[in-house]
Amino acid sequence: MALLAFGVIALVAVASALGLVLRRNPIHGALFLVVNLASIAAFYLTLGAEFLAAAQVIVYAGAIMVLFVFAIMVLIPGKEETGPDPRRAWRTAALPAGLLLFLLVAGTGIARLGTPLPVSPAPADNVEAIARALFSDYLYPFELTSVLLLAAMVGVILLARRRT
Amino acid sequence: MIPESWYVAVSAALFAIGACGVIIRRNPLVIFMSIELMLNAANLALVVFGRRFGSVDAQVLVLFVMAVAAAEVAVGLAIIVAIFRVRARLSVDDLSLLRW
Repeated sequence: MALLAFGVIALVAVASALGLVLRRNPIHGALFLVVNLASIAAFYLTLGAEFLAAAQVIVYAGAIMVLFVFAIMVLIPGKEETGPDPRRAWRTAALPAGLLLFLLVAGTGIARLGTPLPVSPAPADNVEAIARALFSDYLYPFELTSVLLLAAMVGVILLARRRT
Repeated sequence: MIPESWYVAVSAALFAIGACGVIIRRNPLVIFMSIELMLNAANLALVVFGRRFGSVDAQVLVLFVMAVAAAEVAVGLAIIVAIFRVRARLSVDDLSLLRW
């Protein structure tokens, strides 16, 4: 049962990622990316990270993708990738490069997995464990994140302002 | 129980597909979305490794990555919109001012 769920989610994730890269229309790409983000949220659920799954759906599939779709609507693209590609030779090198990258990352990742620690029971309450870590050990980075978001907000307002 | 190495393999596949997208595509918005894909693949690997070692720290780290990614998307999209508001074609090949 778990195997079936993993297979289905992995298939959806890889297929939607390929759809994002291969489809020409950026709106289709954005929708494929939403599917991909949702499948990663499902992966988080199977890994016992319920809070991250919820945060993934709210922050990524909700907020960030709305921003992307909004930018696509503002710029109204669609015809920019038609016509001959002046750098076709370089871009065909992407396939072997991507394959090599996959083998490299998967190989090192699996080799570095190592042996699991003997005592590794997942905490019963995922949200409580994250909250305890976030507001004790990681309090300083947490506060810094708010400064980062404020700085990003100010920067975006400055960038979006029309020059007078 | 699914072995963790499978999760790592899926994460690596998503990362490689995202990298291919960054190389192949010419639309800056699609390139940006491919970067998001790579970020998510890295997040997935982080959660898998965190579960392997029975630690919740990795999940906190993923939370920070999400916050930083939100800020990055906001600033990046603002830059893209600002650049291409004055240009006719939406293609990264046109941005060659800083290239020798």
